[in-house]
Amino acid sequence: MSETLLEVRHLRKLFPIRGGLWNRVVANVQAVQDATFTLSRGEIVGLVGESGSGKSTLGRSILRLTEPTSGEVVFNGRDILGLQGNEMRRMRREMQIVFQDPFGSLDPRMTIEAIIGEPLRIHKLASRAERPAQIAELLQMVGLSPDYRKRYPHQFSGGQRQRIGIARALAVKPSFVVADEPVSALDVSVQAQIVNLIQDLQQQLRLTVLFIAHDLLIVEHLCDRVMVMYLGRIMEFAPSRRLYGAPKHPYTEALLSAAPIPDPSRKRERILLTGDIPSPMNPPSGCVFRTRCRYAIPECAQTVPPLREVEPGHYKACIRDVL
Amino acid sequence: MHDDPLLKITDLQTHFYTRPGIVKSVNGVSLEVRAGETLAVVGESGSGKSVTSLSIMRLIDPPGRIVNGSILFRTKQGKRVDLTVCTEPDMRRIRGNDIAMVFQEPMTSLNPAFTAGDQIAEAIMLHQGKRKKEAWSLAAEMLALVGIAAPEKRLHEFPHQMSGGMRQRVMIAIALSSKPALLIADEPTTALDVTIQAQILDLMRKLQMELHMAILLVTHNLGVVAEMGSRVAVMYAGRIVEEGRVDDVFRSPKHPYTIGLLASMPRPDSGGKRARLDAIPGSVPSPFAMPPGCSFAPRCRYALAECDAVIPALAETGDGHVSRCLRWRDL
Repeated sequence: MSETLLEVRHLRKLFPIRGGLWNRVVANVQAVQDATFTLSRGEIVGLVGESGSGKSTLGRSILRLTEPTSGEVVFNGRDILGLQGNEMRRMRREMQIVFQDPFGSLDPRMTIEAIIGEPLRIHKLASRAERPAQIAELLQMVGLSPDYRKRYPHQFSGGQRQRIGIARALAVKPSFVVADEPVSALDVSVQAQIVNLIQDLQQQLRLTVLFIAHDLLIVEHLCDRVMVMYLGRIMEFAPSRRLYGAPKHPYTEALLSAAPIPDPSRKRERILLTGDIPSPMNPPSGCVFRTRCRYAIPECAQTVPPLREVEPGHYKACIRDVL
Repeated sequence: MHDDPLLKITDLQTHFYTRPGIVKSVNGVSLEVRAGETLAVVGESGSGKSVTSLSIMRLIDPPGRIVNGSILFRTKQGKRVDLTVCTEPDMRRIRGNDIAMVFQEPMTSLNPAFTAGDQIAEAIMLHQGKRKKEAWSLAAEMLALVGIAAPEKRLHEFPHQMSGGMRQRVMIAIALSSKPALLIADEPTTALDVTIQAQILDLMRKLQMELHMAILLVTHNLGVVAEMGSRVAVMYAGRIVEEGRVDDVFRSPKHPYTIGLLASMPRPDSGGKRARLDAIPGSVPSPFAMPPGCSFAPRCRYALAECDAVIPALAETGDGHVSRCLRWRDL
């Protein structure tokens, strides 16, 4: 029933660290390792993980905003990693990104009209005469008055800027949007406005959204399925309700129990992870989570656990069946 | 035992005289912190919560100034001091010794040029008058207390060699080295990941019990408030709009802003996915264009005509629970 829009296979991204006398590659940061998953048309998938888990790098690698080291990204049946020049540019119309920082991601010297009109111009989607009407329509769609079009970014609040960033991404009528922490920089009361907007637009336009976030409550609220990353690897991928209701991976379990819940009457047992995330330059052998895992057994150090289906549609990368 | 509060702030006003106009960041805040309790101050950016905590430490630089109000504090010697008027040498003795502060940024609040040991030992030598050797061994004890493994080795490391969580532990070690009566923690876990945040909050709770210290916890995260606070003060546009016991305020909030904040958070396992969040419309008013009456009125769904005319006083709605709303009975 669900139609596949995006297929990511064995995607890998290494950032070389150069140093020494001849500026040789002395180490690699293994930002994303062997990411394999598919997204269906019209679904909204959450990607959660702590800083350094590789979630932003994964999002950007799919769009080729950073060039992946190896793997395949099949979008609408075409492997986009081989595309060049004009072909890639045309493909970019289908896939857009909304950035985290509503202050840094809009050019302060451009008017709102110019910011939203730029993708229309580049992709030749509207003639000069048609543009004002389309810009007005986009502004209305994200809940801003078209009267604002001559203003500059500094005249807007954080929430309004994020609306502008969303309008810019939607200007080219993409089918797929990566939203990279779009509400993290906003105040709680404004966060809810933007979450509602993303939800409405996703339904209206049947967008496929990869929603990158570290706020677990918002992801639970918004997403159909959720992917959990740790140290460059996908640890668990499951429908939201299953992942939050009965997490199957020890890391997901710890992550969920660590998130503070805004309800003082809920007292729960907390699984406190000891230590810090290991360096992605030198990740542990075998399972990357084993150094902080309370269920770890000697075998965990031997092999990298594959992401396997433990229940229909529920995947985890852990060799232990029962926790 | 003392019945009187450790810290009593009365009608504090801290204003910033900027070129476009006067910013009344803190505009008549009164609050009390008792020995050993945790008061959470929650609010969004620009609500004045951080300026309140900086005012207590008297770390307000020009163009900012404390223009009114008193901050009474009981020192370890039992002396009552008004921090807004006491001399700078007195203030210096209180800072770090009686009242310590932990900031949000574990990346920038340590000096990158000195090792963790230097920085902890400096605080110990300064406030407790210990000699260097003794200070270093106390520093190692403090690091062990905040849960850092191999403290002797870590003492010789520089901040850049440590992770964010570790740096925040070092900051807490420095803050606690003089066993302060009051710890002001300004967004202590905001820059940290959730698993590390859980460790730090757990640590603060444990140390609070051991040292019987009061905590003034400034945060924007209602989850952190629910887990840490015994009482909570909700700030909006420079004023406290609601205050009470955490359980009471979360169970039956008596101010529309608090109601809005709680409703705008997604509820865990509500099963109501696809339901929309109850967002508060609009945004915080500009400090140069404050509404004449209740500062929340323009965004409030309960607002009446009177709300634009007068600034409501804090009304007692129940046992130790106050709200700055004319209509609290109707909510």
